[in-house]
Amino acid sequence: MDKKDYKNVFVFAEQREGVIQPVAFELLGKARDLADALGEKVVAMLLGCGIKDQAQALIEQGADEVIVVDAPELKDFLSEQYSQAVGQIITERKPSIVLYGATTIGRDLAPRIASRLKTGLTADCTKLEIEPDKDGEPEFRMTRPAFGGNLMATIICPNNRPQMSTVRPGVMQKMQRQEGRQGTVTEFQPTFDASKFKVKLVKTIKADKQVADISEAKILVSGGRGVHDKEGFDKLQALADVLGGQVASSRAMVDNGVMPHEVQVGQTGKTVRPNLYMACGISGAIQHLAGMEESDFIIAINKDKFAPIFSVADLGIVGDLHKIVPMLTERIKKELEK
Amino acid sequence: MNIIVCIKQVPDTTVVKIDPVKGTLIREGVPSIMNPDDKGGLELALRLKDQFGANVTVISMGPPQADVMLREALAMGADRAILLSDRKFAGADTLATSYALSGLCRVLDYDLIIAGRQAIDGDTAQVGPELAEHLGLPQITYVADAKVLDNGNLQVDKENEDGIQVLEVEGKCLLTVLASAFEPRYMSVSGIMEAYDKEVEVWSADKIDVDEGKLGLAGSPTKVFKSFPKAMKAPGEVHEVTPEEAVELIVNQLKVKHII
Repeated sequence: MDKKDYKNVFVFAEQREGVIQPVAFELLGKARDLADALGEKVVAMLLGCGIKDQAQALIEQGADEVIVVDAPELKDFLSEQYSQAVGQIITERKPSIVLYGATTIGRDLAPRIASRLKTGLTADCTKLEIEPDKDGEPEFRMTRPAFGGNLMATIICPNNRPQMSTVRPGVMQKMQRQEGRQGTVTEFQPTFDASKFKVKLVKTIKADKQVADISEAKILVSGGRGVHDKEGFDKLQALADVLGGQVASSRAMVDNGVMPHEVQVGQTGKTVRPNLYMACGISGAIQHLAGMEESDFIIAINKDKFAPIFSVADLGIVGDLHKIVPMLTERIKKELEK
Repeated sequence: MNIIVCIKQVPDTTVVKIDPVKGTLIREGVPSIMNPDDKGGLELALRLKDQFGANVTVISMGPPQADVMLREALAMGADRAILLSDRKFAGADTLATSYALSGLCRVLDYDLIIAGRQAIDGDTAQVGPELAEHLGLPQITYVADAKVLDNGNLQVDKENEDGIQVLEVEGKCLLTVLASAFEPRYMSVSGIMEAYDKEVEVWSADKIDVDEGKLGLAGSPTKVFKSFPKAMKAPGEVHEVTPEEAVELIVNQLKVKHII
């Protein structure tokens, strides 16, 4: 393998039911930085059925080229079908870097591709950069939390291509949409080996989506063990309502069944980056901090003045949330009526 | 039915503490446990064994200390335990690890392989799918339920962000399992007694079907360039005040930040 044959930064543009997922645009934003640093192109791979007309949206968010695979086999995500198509694109087009969203789709597909192509993959990267190596050649460096979020590790993939990583939704910033931005759309026809399609979709059961996605929220009022119960969360909900925000939760209150998994923040939950994160009764385990510490402004209320949450809070209050939160809600109501 | 379950011994990362002064990991006193998702996988295998009868073999790769965890698996009800332990495996990333495990699986009889979704020390979720690809098996990840149908196929619930995909798979396959879906059973007293009479087989690289050049560090495309403690941002102000004063402080800050 000659590394010089491998060029351009590819992004797997994940879609679900024909809707391109926000993480695809976030990856394009980062891919744009990397490609500019390397003097290469950004290429999006868009796979699905009846999705070709959405290629322009990817171009307007940073792609120079969109490779479209429009096939009935790709209507729903199935590992083998998608692996065959993506594997063939990569083998033919030889990208230097490939990025995937660290979603249930990307984390299923990317390792399958890595193993098929015998190359490296780094999961859940929080930082991707091009830096000169010891010979002055550009090197792709991928940084991720390790050891349950207790340490950070920077990983390189020096001798294999492509270099691949997954990135969780909400971590990278998408670029400003440029209406009318020009790019090329290429159609790709994979050769499917249907004898390997051993898994078939029986049906899809959609979860009740009563809760909006917390990773999109601008204001989050989040609760931990100190909130105690559902009644405690009602107080947080009232505060979230006056602020126009949403309620989130630490892992402890999900594990004990008080809150649903969809609103869990942290290593095994979601990564959030709101303008305001109010941590109420959350001690701040490292796994929780990993999911919220990039928030713009963090207010923490906790009875224990040694709680680790105070180490990331911009404003920390040592006190009883059950007293403070309802008073704060009333006070903000009055402020807003002024 | 022959089932292989891949399990890993991990440090309990939920109890790891950071030295507040030096910003380094305090590893002392951190217990080693069976990785939770893997334990869920073992539970699924044992449930299938209870229902249909099955031979459950647990496999692991790691240092000799993993013996304790493998005995726990035997005490829970596994029939056989094999530990891959050899210096040749050292420094393996996920590709080299999954390759070594594939070499072991190839010399065993199996109808189904079960692994945990991810390990709590690495959180990559890569070894399962990479192993499936090395063996040319179909994979289903994020498994929340699995049952055997009358036609012998497996029906599997795969959890994703939007709900559940119900999938049917024909023939051999590999599943990666969520701990939250399979509350593991306790070791039985008789199981514990028997586990200490059973042998944990320790295998070296020459007993498995692999090209030794692809093992360990040499077979790992990814390298750790550096690792470092997380940069903690400078903490802000912490106030011990009355609730009334707390409300004032918060409201003032919300105004400064133009949130209200």
